[in-house]
Amino acid sequence: MPRLPTPKLPAALQGPPPRPGEENGNVAPADAAKEAGITVVDWVDERTSLSGAARWLMFRKIPKGTNWYYTLGSATLFAFLSQAVTGVFLAMYYRPDAGGGAYESIRHITDQVFLGQFVRGMHLWGASVMVVLVFLHMARTFLFGAYKYPRELNWVIGVVLLILTLVMALTGYLLPFDQRAYWATVVANNITATGPLIGPYLGDFLRAGPEFGATTLSRFYSIHMLVVPGLIAALIGAHLYLVTKLGTTAPPWQKVETRPELNEAEV
Amino acid sequence: MNRREKEQYLRDYGILKAKGKPFFPYAVTKDGAMACVVLAVIITMSLVLGAGQGPKPNPTTTSYVPRPDWYFFFLFELLRVVKPDSLTQLATIGIPTLGMIALFLLPFYDRSPERRPEHRPIAMVTFVVVVGAMALLTYQGAHAGDPTTISLPTPQRIVKAGGATLAEYEAGKAVVAQSGCLACHKIGENGNGGPGPNLTRVATRLPAGAIARTLVNPTAPMPSFRNLPPNKFKAAVAFLNQLK
Ligand code: HEC
Ligand code: HEM
Repeated sequence: MPRLPTPKLPAALQGPPPRPGEENGNVAPADAAKEAGITVVDWVDERTSLSGAARWLMFRKIPKGTNWYYTLGSATLFAFLSQAVTGVFLAMYYRPDAGGGAYESIRHITDQVFLGQFVRGMHLWGASVMVVLVFLHMARTFLFGAYKYPRELNWVIGVVLLILTLVMALTGYLLPFDQRAYWATVVANNITATGPLIGPYLGDFLRAGPEFGATTLSRFYSIHMLVVPGLIAALIGAHLYLVTKLGTTAPPWQKVETRPELNEAEV
Repeated sequence: MNRREKEQYLRDYGILKAKGKPFFPYAVTKDGAMACVVLAVIITMSLVLGAGQGPKPNPTTTSYVPRPDWYFFFLFELLRVVKPDSLTQLATIGIPTLGMIALFLLPFYDRSPERRPEHRPIAMVTFVVVVGAMALLTYQGAHAGDPTTISLPTPQRIVKAGGATLAEYEAGKAVVAQSGCLACHKIGENGNGGPGPNLTRVATRLPAGAIARTLVNPTAPMPSFRNLPPNKFKAAVAFLNQLK
C-alpha cells in the first residue's frame, strides 16, 4: 500500500542516527510499541530489580502431582478480593449511624442505588463463600499433612487468618442494623464479655460505652472495614511469601523415584 | 521429625519439585478457572437469594430471639444443648478457645514425618469426629425452630372439623407460642428440651382437666398461667388437648 509522504521530524525529536550495520529508520508501529514497553520495564527494573522477584514468583516450579485441591487457597484469596471491591462500593453509601441512619442507608442501597442490591448480595453471600473456602483450604492442608516441617509457621499464620475471617463475619453482621443484626450482636457481645481474664475488657471495648448502640456501631464499622481487612491483607502477604519461598507440598501419595542421575546438585 | 527425616523430606521434595511444571502458566490457569467459578457462584447467589432487610431494631423488646449467621450455628446450638448454667461458659468460650489453641499448636504436637492420611489414624479420626460434630450441630442449629412460633402442622382431623374447632386450635397454638412455654418445653421442632417435659404428645398422658390444673397450679419452676384472659386460657388448653 502506498504511504502518504510524512514530514520529517524536527531535529530535536529525532533519535540518534542509526549506527552502521543497523537497518535505518522504518520500524513498524508494533515493533516500536514493543520496544517502548521493554524500555519502560527496563527503566523500572533498573531502579527496583523487580523482575527477579516476578520471575521468582511466576516461574518457580510446582511439584509433580499438584491437583485442583491446590486451587482452594487462591480461591479464598479471590473471594477476599471480591469482598474488598464490593465492600468499597458499599462504604460509599453506608452511614454508621445507629439513630436510624445506618438502617436507612442500607435500605437506600437495596432499593435505590443502581445495582445496589446486587452488590450488597455479592458482599453478603461472598462472606459465606469465603468462610466455606477458608475451611475447605484448611481441610486440604490438614489432610495433605502440609502443616508439617518446614511449613509450620504458615499453618500458624493460616489459623490467625481463619480467626480474622470469622471476626469479619461477626462484625459485618451488625452493620445492616436491623432487628436480627442488633440482637445477634448483643448476644455475641454478652458472650464475649463472659470470657475469662480479658473477656470483660473485650466486651467493654466492643460495646464502646455503657449502652449497646451508637458508639458500638461505629466501632464495629471501623473494625470491619479498616482494622481487620488491613491485618488480613498483611497476613495474606506473609502467607504467600512463605508459600512461594517454601514451595507447595506435593500430594502425600506422590512417589519419589530417586534416579542416580538426578542428584541434589541439579535440584 | 528428627534431623535425618527433615533432610530426607527436603531431598524428596526437591526431586518432586524439579520434576514439576512452572507455576506460570500451569497453576495460574487452574487458579484462574477456580476464580471464575467462585465469582460465578457469588453472582448467582446474589441474583437468586438477594439481600433482604429485617425490621428496625427494637432495643426494648424481650420476646425477640436472635439467630446468628449460619456459620455460627454450631456455637449457637452448643449453647442450647449445654443446659446447666455453670457449663454455658465452657460451651461459649471454653470450647472455641480450646479448639483454636489445638489448631494453633497442631504442627508442634503432631511431629511425625508421615503425611499420607491412611497412615495417620489419630489425625483422621479426629478430623472426621470434629467435622461430623460441627456438621451435626450446624444442622440442628439450622432446624431449631424460631422460639416464638410453633411449626407443628395442624392435624387433618381438625382441618376436617373446621369451624370453631379449627379456630380455637389455631388461637391456642398462637397463645402457647407467645406465652413463653417454649423456653422450657419442646413442642414439635420448636422450643427447648428442658427443664419441662416434651409437650408434643402431652394429651396422650394428661386429660384436658389435668392440663388446665397444671397451668393454674404448676409445680415449680413452671410459673402459673392463671392470669391469662379466660378465652386465651381456654384456647391454650384446647390446643394442648389436641397434641396426641
Ligand atoms: C420456667 C419453665 C416453664 C415454663 C415457662 C412453662 N413450663 Fe410447663 N412445666 C415446667 C416443668 C419443670 C414441668 C414439670 C413439672 C413437674 O414435674 O411436675 C412442667 C410441666 C408442664 C405440664 C405437665 C406435663 C406432664 O407431662 O406432666 C404441662 C401440660 C405444661 N407444663 C404446660 C405448660 C404450658 C402450656 C406453658 C406455657 C403457657 C408452660 N408449661 C410453661 C416448666 C415450665
Ligand atoms: C484468608 C485466608 C487464606 C488465604 C487467602 C490463603 C491462601 C493460600 C494460598 C494461595 C496457598 C497456596 C497453596 C494452596 O492454594 O493450597 C496457601 C497455602 C497454605 N495455607 Fe493458606 N490461606 C488462607 C488461610 C489458611 C488457613 C486458615 C490455614 C490453616 C490453618 C492455611 C494454611 C496453609 C498452609 C499450611 C499452606 C501450605 C500448603 C502447601 O504447601 O501445600 N491457610 N494458602
